[in-house]
Amino acid sequence: MAGSNSKKINITLKVWRQKSAKEAGQFMTYEMKEVSTDASFLEALDQLNEKLITKGEDPVTFDHDCREGICGTCGFMINGNAHGPQKSTTVCQLHMRTFSDGETLTIEPWRAQAFPVIKDLMVDRSAFDRIISSGGFVSVDTGNAQDANCLPVSKPEADAAFESAACIGCGACVASCKNASAMLFVSAKVSHLALLPQGQVERNERVDRMVAQMDEEGFGACSTTGACTAACPKDISLSNIAKLNRELLFSTLLRREAAEGDGV
Amino acid sequence: MAGKLDSKIPSGAVEDKWDDHKFHSKLVNPANRRKHTVIVVGTGLAGASAAASLGEMGYNVKSFCVHESPRRAHSVAAQGGINAAKNYKNDGDSVYRLFYDTVKGGDFRAREANVYRLAQVSAGIIDHCVAQGVPFAREYGGLLSNRSFGGAQVSRTFYARGQTGQQLLIGAYSALMRQVDTKQVQLFYRREMLDLVTINGQAKGIIVRNLLTGEIESHEADAVIIATGGYANVFFLSTNAMACAVTASWKAHKRGAYFANPCFTQIHPTCIPVAGEMQSKLTLMSESLRNDGRVWVPKTQGDKRPPTQIPDAERDYYLERVYPSYGNLAPRDVASRQAKFRVDEGRGVGPTGMAVYLDFRDSIERLGASKVKERYGNLFQMYDKITGENPYQVPMRMYPAPHYTMGGLWVDYNLQSTIPGLFVLGEANFSDHGANRLGASALMQGLADGYFVIPYTLGNYLASEKMEKYGTNHEAFKSAENNVRSQISKMMSIRGARSVDSFHKELGHVMWEYCGMSRNAEGLRKAIEKIPKIREEFWSNLRIPGDAAYMNPELEKAGRVADFLELGELMCWDALEREESCGGHFREEHQTPDNEAKRDDEKFCHVAGWEWLGANKKQVRHKEELTFENVKLATRSYK
Repeated sequence: MAGSNSKKINITLKVWRQKSAKEAGQFMTYEMKEVSTDASFLEALDQLNEKLITKGEDPVTFDHDCREGICGTCGFMINGNAHGPQKSTTVCQLHMRTFSDGETLTIEPWRAQAFPVIKDLMVDRSAFDRIISSGGFVSVDTGNAQDANCLPVSKPEADAAFESAACIGCGACVASCKNASAMLFVSAKVSHLALLPQGQVERNERVDRMVAQMDEEGFGACSTTGACTAACPKDISLSNIAKLNRELLFSTLLRREAAEGDGV
Repeated sequence: MAGKLDSKIPSGAVEDKWDDHKFHSKLVNPANRRKHTVIVVGTGLAGASAAASLGEMGYNVKSFCVHESPRRAHSVAAQGGINAAKNYKNDGDSVYRLFYDTVKGGDFRAREANVYRLAQVSAGIIDHCVAQGVPFAREYGGLLSNRSFGGAQVSRTFYARGQTGQQLLIGAYSALMRQVDTKQVQLFYRREMLDLVTINGQAKGIIVRNLLTGEIESHEADAVIIATGGYANVFFLSTNAMACAVTASWKAHKRGAYFANPCFTQIHPTCIPVAGEMQSKLTLMSESLRNDGRVWVPKTQGDKRPPTQIPDAERDYYLERVYPSYGNLAPRDVASRQAKFRVDEGRGVGPTGMAVYLDFRDSIERLGASKVKERYGNLFQMYDKITGENPYQVPMRMYPAPHYTMGGLWVDYNLQSTIPGLFVLGEANFSDHGANRLGASALMQGLADGYFVIPYTLGNYLASEKMEKYGTNHEAFKSAENNVRSQISKMMSIRGARSVDSFHKELGHVMWEYCGMSRNAEGLRKAIEKIPKIREEFWSNLRIPGDAAYMNPELEKAGRVADFLELGELMCWDALEREESCGGHFREEHQTPDNEAKRDDEKFCHVAGWEWLGANKKQVRHKEELTFENVKLATRSYK
C-alpha cells in the first residue's frame, strides 16, 4: 500500500536457474532498480520477469497462487531462510520493506531428495499428497453423519486440533531441516485428527501408514532440532512431533501385543 | 428459443421438490457404477467434494486440477465462514429463512427452487464436515460456535477462525485423497482443460495440456463435471488467486454451453486498497470483521487528520446512518456502493483518497484486545504484514475489489448445462446467488453441489441415456486436440513485443472503469469498442518466451487472458442489455432517488443465457423467465 513510508530500493538478486530436473542449474545475478518497498517479494519477481520477457529471456519460474499466505503454493529460500527472514510469513506475504537498499539476496528452491526440482524455483511436492492419501483422513462417506452437535468437543481440544490443522503444506519444514525430514508436516496431520473424537477409530492405522509412506518417499529422519518450526509460516509447533512419536509408540505396542496373542 | 433454457424445476410445493425429484430420479445400481467414468475438472470445494462423493459411490472418477495438488484450489482462501440453517442459536433461523434471505440477498434474480434446495441441504454439510474432522470454532461447552454475516439478522455462520475455506477444503481434499488411495479416483494434477469434446451432442471428454511436459492429452468419460470457479480475474486485480480463470467454462461455452448473467459480479466491500502499478492481486479482509468493526469516513471533504485525531462528532458512520437495522452488516453490494459514493464525494481516506476506515476502537474498548485477537487475530496480522500498519491502534483502510462472480455457465435444476452430460458446480455455475451473493454462502453452495446434489442428478443422467464408448481415437477427440494445438502454436508464433500481463492489465482497467461497481450505457459501449482492439493487438503483438514443449507459465497465462478478452466483451454486452439495476449490477440510469438499485421486474425478471455463435460475432441472448411463488417480489431494503 502506498503508505507514507513507501520508498524505492535497489536489490541484487542471485537466482537459481535450472531448465529441468535433468539439467544442471546455476545462479544468475540480476540487478533490480527502483523496487517499491510496498511490493511483495513475488511482485518484485514479477517485475524482474517482465524485464526478462521484454529482453527476450526466459522468466524465472516459481510456484505461487493465492498470494495471501494460505494456499501453500509458494516458497523458496532467501539467503538460506525458507520464505525469507520474516517470522510466520510466506514469501508471498513478505514485503520489500523488510530489506534495505543495496542488499544482495540469494534465492534457491527447496532442497530435498523427495522434492525434485521441476524448473528454477519450482519443485515437485506430490510426495505430500501421497502421504495424505495413505491415511490423512477420516473414513466417512458422504451422507452418514449424525448431527454436528451430538458429539461435543472441548474448546481447548478443538483449538489444539485447529492449531495443527492450520498447516498449509508448503514444505518449508522439509527445506529447513538438515535431514529433509517431513516430520512436522506429517505430525501436524496426525495430531489434528488424533485430537478429535472423529479421528479415534483409525488413529493407530493412520499413524502407521503415514509414517511408512513418509519413509518410502525418501524424507530424512527427525533429530528434533526445531529448524522446521522456526521456519514454519503457520507456527506449527514442535509438540506435534512429540505427539506423533507417542502415537507411533502406542500403535507399535498395540501391534506387538496383537501379534503375540493373548498369552502375553 | 426460450425452450432451450428449460430449467426442469420439478412441480409441487417448494419444500417438497427436492425430495420428490430424488425419488423420481433414475438410479444406477452399485454394480453398474463401476462401468461409468466421470471426469471432474477442478478440485476446490465443489470439485473435490463431487469427486470424493462419486468415488465413494463406486463411479470411476478422473479428477483434474491445474495446481500441483488439489489442496491448492482457491476455495482455500475463503476466510469468514459457511452458512447453514441449523438454528443452533435459537434466534429464529430456519430452512425457509435461509432460503428467503438468499433470494432477497440475490435481489430476486436467482431460481427459487435451487435456492430452497441449497438451504435444505445446508445443515447436512456441517454434519458431514464435522464428521470429517473439520475443526470448527466451538464454545466452552463443546458445541459449535456461530457468528453473523451480512444480509442476515440471525447467527448462522460456522467458521474456523479466519481460515474456514482452508479447513473445509482440507476436509474435501482428504476425502478425495482417500478415494485416490482406493484407486476409485485417478488424480491428474498440473493439467489444464483446454477443450470439451462432444459427440452426438453429448459431453464425452476433455482435452488437457500437461503443464509439466506440454503434452496434449485426451480423456474420455460418460459425463464431464466442470467445477473450476469464477472469473473475477477478468479485472486483473481481484481477490482471486493468480491461476483462477474462466478457461474451462469458456471452452465449454464455445462448444455450446450457454453462459448466464456474465455481468453479475460481486465487488467485495472490504479489501486492502491498491498500492501501485506492480500490484498483482488484492487481498480481502473477511466480512466477519464487520461484526465488530465500524465503517466510517470524515464528515468533511479532504479531512487529512490522522483517524485517531478525528473526534466521533466529525465522523460519518455512514452504514449505520443509512441502514439503521442492518448497520455495518449491510450486504456486500450495498456496502461496496456506499463506499464508492463516499469516495466520489471526496471523503475517501488514506494517501490515495480511495479508501474508507474499518475501525475496531470501540470493540477493543468493549471486549478487550485479547477477545478481538481471538476472533480476528490472523486477519489483523495479515493486514499488518501487507500495509505495515497495526489495526489494533489505527483503523484499517478498506476499498471494494472484484471478488466473486454470480454469473457462470447456465445450468438446470440438475446442474446440467445446455450440453447433455456436461454438469457445472460451484462458482462456475450461475444458479443460486442471483445478482448478489451473501457472505458465507459460496462455501455452502460449493459443498452442497458436490456432496449432496450431483450424486443424485448425475445418476439420473447416466441411467436415462445410452452410454456409448467411442475411444479417444474418435475424430471428435482428434479434431479437438488439433484445435488446442493450433491455438498454442498460433500464440507461440506471434513473437511480438508485449507480455501477457500487459494485456491483462489493459483489459482489467477497461473492465473496472466501465463494467465495475457502477455502469452506464455510454461507458459500456466504449468498452465494447475498446476490448476487440486489445484482443486484436494481443493476437498480433504478444510475446511468449520459451517453447510449448515444457513447463511454460507465460503460455498458460496467455491462454487464460485470450479467453478473458472474449468474456470481458460479453460481460459488457450483458450489462448493457440488462436495462435495470439489481444486486451487484448497478446501472447509473436505473436508481432510486436515494441511490439504491432500481429493478425492472416487468422486463428483466429473467436469466440471460448467452449462446456463442463464433469468433467476433455478437452472441445471442436467450431468456429463462424467473417466477417467484414463495418470496414476494419486493424492493430490497436493509434500512
